[in-house]
Amino acid sequence: MNITGRKLFVKALLEEGVDTVFAYPGGMVTDIIDELYKTTEIKVVLPRHEQALIHEAEGYARATGRTAVCIVTSGPGATNTITGIADAFYDSIPLVVFTGQVPQELIGNDAFQEVDIVGMTRSVVKYGVTVRDRDNLGKTIKMAFQIAPTGKPGPVLIDLPKDIQVATGDGEYPSYVDIRGYKLNKSVHIGQLKKAYKLLKNAKRPMILAGGGINISDANQALKEFVEKTKIPVVTTIMGKGALDYDNDLYIGNCGMHGRYAANKAVVGCDVLFSIGTRFNDRITGALSEFAQDAAIIHIDVDTASISRNVIVDVPIVCDAKAALEKLNEWAEPHDTEEWRKRIAAWDKENPLEMRKDLGLCPQSIMEGINEVFPEGIFVTDVGQHQMWATQFINLNSKKQMITSGGLGTMGFGFPAAVGAKIGARDKDVVCITGDGGMQMNMQELATSIVEKANITVCILNNQYLGMVKQMQQLFYGKRYKITCLRRNIDCPDDCKGPQGKCPPYVPDFVKWAESYGAVGIRVTDPTQIEDALREAKANDKTTIIEFLIASDELVLPMVKGGDAMSEMILPDKPRNGASSKKKSSKKPNK
Amino acid sequence: MYDMYDIRDRIQIKDRWIALYVENQVGVLAKVSGLFSGKSYNLQSLTVGTTEHEDVSRMTICVKSDDITFEQIKKQLNRMVEVIKVIDITTSSLHMKELLYARIDEVNSDDINLIFHLAEVFKVRVCDAGEDSLILECLLTTESNDELIKLLKKKFKKVSIVRGGAVAMESISICKR
Repeated sequence: MNITGRKLFVKALLEEGVDTVFAYPGGMVTDIIDELYKTTEIKVVLPRHEQALIHEAEGYARATGRTAVCIVTSGPGATNTITGIADAFYDSIPLVVFTGQVPQELIGNDAFQEVDIVGMTRSVVKYGVTVRDRDNLGKTIKMAFQIAPTGKPGPVLIDLPKDIQVATGDGEYPSYVDIRGYKLNKSVHIGQLKKAYKLLKNAKRPMILAGGGINISDANQALKEFVEKTKIPVVTTIMGKGALDYDNDLYIGNCGMHGRYAANKAVVGCDVLFSIGTRFNDRITGALSEFAQDAAIIHIDVDTASISRNVIVDVPIVCDAKAALEKLNEWAEPHDTEEWRKRIAAWDKENPLEMRKDLGLCPQSIMEGINEVFPEGIFVTDVGQHQMWATQFINLNSKKQMITSGGLGTMGFGFPAAVGAKIGARDKDVVCITGDGGMQMNMQELATSIVEKANITVCILNNQYLGMVKQMQQLFYGKRYKITCLRRNIDCPDDCKGPQGKCPPYVPDFVKWAESYGAVGIRVTDPTQIEDALREAKANDKTTIIEFLIASDELVLPMVKGGDAMSEMILPDKPRNGASSKKKSSKKPNK
Repeated sequence: MYDMYDIRDRIQIKDRWIALYVENQVGVLAKVSGLFSGKSYNLQSLTVGTTEHEDVSRMTICVKSDDITFEQIKKQLNRMVEVIKVIDITTSSLHMKELLYARIDEVNSDDINLIFHLAEVFKVRVCDAGEDSLILECLLTTESNDELIKLLKKKFKKVSIVRGGAVAMESISICKR
């Protein structure tokens, strides 16, 4: 039976089991929106900005493990989603984004609200296409739902001209489409795995580097089993955090630019590096010439193109992380890594990951408060210093998940992603950890949070600066803060080098702002108030904004300067050393 | 695992060839060429046309790169949903030709004689002629076309060139001959 495109569209969503869509209406999707009214099985969430909509969908997808569906209109509606689409592409988040498009006869005319969104997003989607023939509509939607969540997941964009939405045509929605250019690698290359295992077995200083692929392929249990059988220590990337429970003896911490000292030392000093589900981003490797230079590298990744791109790999294995680890678990036996682990423990003792707590409201204390008050839940961060503190100090295990913008580093991601995560997982506590800069990039979403009753706890670490950049200016750019200070106003002196005692007041007042939306606002200025504030936020049934006024000169340390080797970490002053300046660890790794 | 490669080959920047089968759809050419510009791959030439199946196009692509980048290019191409097959034909035995038109203006009778002579040597033909101009139609390898252009530019004042990029097909294997 022939039906309209819009009817087939809704039919397709229902058959895909979609129960929530994130939609912002506009001229070229009104037909679809109207059709959605006719079903009660699909809930439509209306965010307050398409830029936030896409991050909400990302949070939803991450929290539920399902493909999130977005509907936006043509032109500005579509272009507003681009940053989020890129974010989802770099962090492998399955999204299907439907963009409205002007009728086909107007395409190319610079019609009102016409943009070539498929062209604009070409390099940041897994697949993007304009439906040009009504008879291909069902097939194209099916392809999107097949492509987005499989393999290395990612965003798919389907551009729907208005005439396609209203044209009648085939009413069938296919249950499967054979895509000849998209074949998944489902097998595990046993020969390569054996080679890898042999390398690990003969290693004296083996390390596992776990990336986001572990969390995506749900390989956490398999990794735990492998690690506990073999006693090989583990470091994680930012996206891989949570791959192994924080309290596992074999878990060292995050490595990379702001990684734990011992974790970076271990990666530099290992002789076999077994990396799973990471693309060796430059934030992880530092100077490539010195990255794990004495180590044989084994690399498991589901994406062929991630292998031997940044780091030349000795044993490449293209497959799903879980499948590979489950196979390895059949052979795994204990290795003698005691000596090696002792050395790592000594490194950790030498420079443990901790901040000074005697300088006021310390970010570490806030993270520890969150750990204490929220033993379970989803922790969503924005991008910046607070994100690094969260990845350093938030403890993760199987009951706790972290959602963060790792690859693209999108400020403004955190708050909407947290709202989306809560919409996807209403039975869980959702805590958003954000900064005063990132918060203001999408603060309109407080409305969405309130109207959707997506009650979350938002912790704003307010240092009155765009802290991550300020940190670089503080360390490397002569402390010129003119454009990173969020208190600065037009009357401030041109050469300001930090607070002078008569700075303008901070805007906005986050507590009053929260209250104006009907949320709860709490301001925390003293360490003793941290837990009380968090407990209150957890207990009340409203979204609660907690503003933590932290010192503006707190640094994220250790830090490896961009382009430096991972062994060259800038380390915090040790309180016992008094006021010695920032020191650099030795260039040569201890071996 | 790289023992099998000659290290000089891995770091040598040279022309490498790919035969790429893609879906014959709107936007695929832009996507493929966009990959090269977006990732700073050095695209030398790209030709495209349909195959015996009207829904499949075949591209002949030449890139200048080292081995590691070339591997990455092949993987990135393979990752595209619209790409059906990537074939590395760098070391294959090929039939490969490029169509080139060369128009030479402001020629005198000596020049015309020389052009006909060159056409004979290079095995190309004069396909059009006017009072003081000629057009050469050349179906040669890319290298021979390069040589011919060099020579024409040296000998004549006004030369216009249109070239189409190389098209290649793998030779029939020896055992089937």
